[in-house]
Amino acid sequence: MSDIASRVKAIIVEKLGVDESEVTPEASFTNDLGADSLDTVELIMEFEKEFNVAIPDDQAETIGTVGQAVAYLEKNVKA
Amino acid sequence: MEFKRVVVTGLGALTPIGNTVPEYWDSLINGVSGAAFIKSFDVEKFKTKFACEVKNFDAEGFLGRKEARKLDPFVQYALFSTEEAVKDAGLDFEKLDTSRIGVIWGSGIGGLKTFLDEVVNFAKGDGTPKFNPFFIPKMIADIAPGHISIKYGLRGPNFTTVSACASSNNSLIDAFNYLRLGKANMFITGGSEAIINEAGIGGFNAMHALSTRNDDPATASRPFDLDRDGFVAGEGAGTIILEELEHALKRGAKIYAEMVGGGMSADAYHMTAPHPEGLGASLVMKAALEDAGLVPADIDYVNVHGTSTPIGDPQEVKAITDAFGDHIYNINISSTKSMTGHLLGAAGAVEAIASILALKHDIIPPTINHFTDDPAFDPKINFTFNKAQKRVVNIAQSNGFGFGGHNASVIFKKYQQ
Repeated sequence: MSDIASRVKAIIVEKLGVDESEVTPEASFTNDLGADSLDTVELIMEFEKEFNVAIPDDQAETIGTVGQAVAYLEKNVKA
Repeated sequence: MEFKRVVVTGLGALTPIGNTVPEYWDSLINGVSGAAFIKSFDVEKFKTKFACEVKNFDAEGFLGRKEARKLDPFVQYALFSTEEAVKDAGLDFEKLDTSRIGVIWGSGIGGLKTFLDEVVNFAKGDGTPKFNPFFIPKMIADIAPGHISIKYGLRGPNFTTVSACASSNNSLIDAFNYLRLGKANMFITGGSEAIINEAGIGGFNAMHALSTRNDDPATASRPFDLDRDGFVAGEGAGTIILEELEHALKRGAKIYAEMVGGGMSADAYHMTAPHPEGLGASLVMKAALEDAGLVPADIDYVNVHGTSTPIGDPQEVKAITDAFGDHIYNINISSTKSMTGHLLGAAGAVEAIASILALKHDIIPPTINHFTDDPAFDPKINFTFNKAQKRVVNIAQSNGFGFGGHNASVIFKKYQQ
């Protein structure tokens, strides 16, 4: 697992109070991991903080699963 | 129209001197002080270094980590004391009409800790507004009854009353009135407060409202003592299940007491100072008596607001003297804030519980920490100093006065068919 993927996973486990094993790439924040709309906003903010990146709202709307978050961050975070 | 009768069928308490009603009552009648040095933040630079904190409360154990994180302590406390009360009342909401059960909750301030944390975080940044999406819904004072309704599926009237330290007396009175009018079958009511943090202690310190007896916190809350020097901040929650009598009888509920009256008034005098002659306080006690169809001679016990401030305590004694006349010599007066500290928006609820239990057990909880008589007070008045007293208590009155000049007073009576 990439460094980004493991950090994303840690944030999701912390914020959503889910088990690590549930945080699969296909897992949807709202459908599988019990997030509501406010949780999702908070997750995006945590990703921004953790990776020092600004995620515009229109981009944030396309991030609905763990895999989508990791892919977006791998593409946009400076190594 | 004829009013319906309203009874108390369940109690819950999370206080600085006990995390359940039995523990709370046991501490009350044994004169236990809840004051100690503050553990929740660094007090080094604060004028007051102690308070009556809730002890051994495990929010994550109670709510789970995910839920606990989304709730300000004042809501965590509300859910905790309410769980006890719901269980105590034997409520199975699946068998009840939940559209006829409401929640009216008191909180003087709401989520002060949440507000503080978010603003500090903002101030540390570069001006970019990075606020947590839970900031507002965690902080707002009405969110406690919202969460209670969500947890139990209660779809009756739901709101928060805000009148500083009278808040939960106001919530009791509102619930009582809606029940009397037949607008609902039951209310979960009471109040909660959680202001023991840098902003709360610093803010009340700036007003010179808090005791600064840092060399002896346990005796700092000393209502009616000559050397009282301010109130001691408290925190916690109290839940009271109020129910329309017929509804309670039909489901075979245990009945603690009957709520028979509530009075409300304003000082119309000063932002924070009470009226020097106790005008608003006297009015509110008379209003509660009139509402209950009682006269002063009917009252056995007054659980006073009595916060241990130099100017607050005398005006309340003047008010009781004015409202009760010579009957003041026949009643027991006590300030349980001498033990719990001042729970602000939750004070009315936990003190109503103390009054209800005084009726149930025929014991008056004491005003502890009395060392020196204040010559300003008539020595013939029984303040129940230092030790609990046994006496038959048929009717008890409980006062709450808040910054802003809000006064609210409630009356409970032993239940008789």
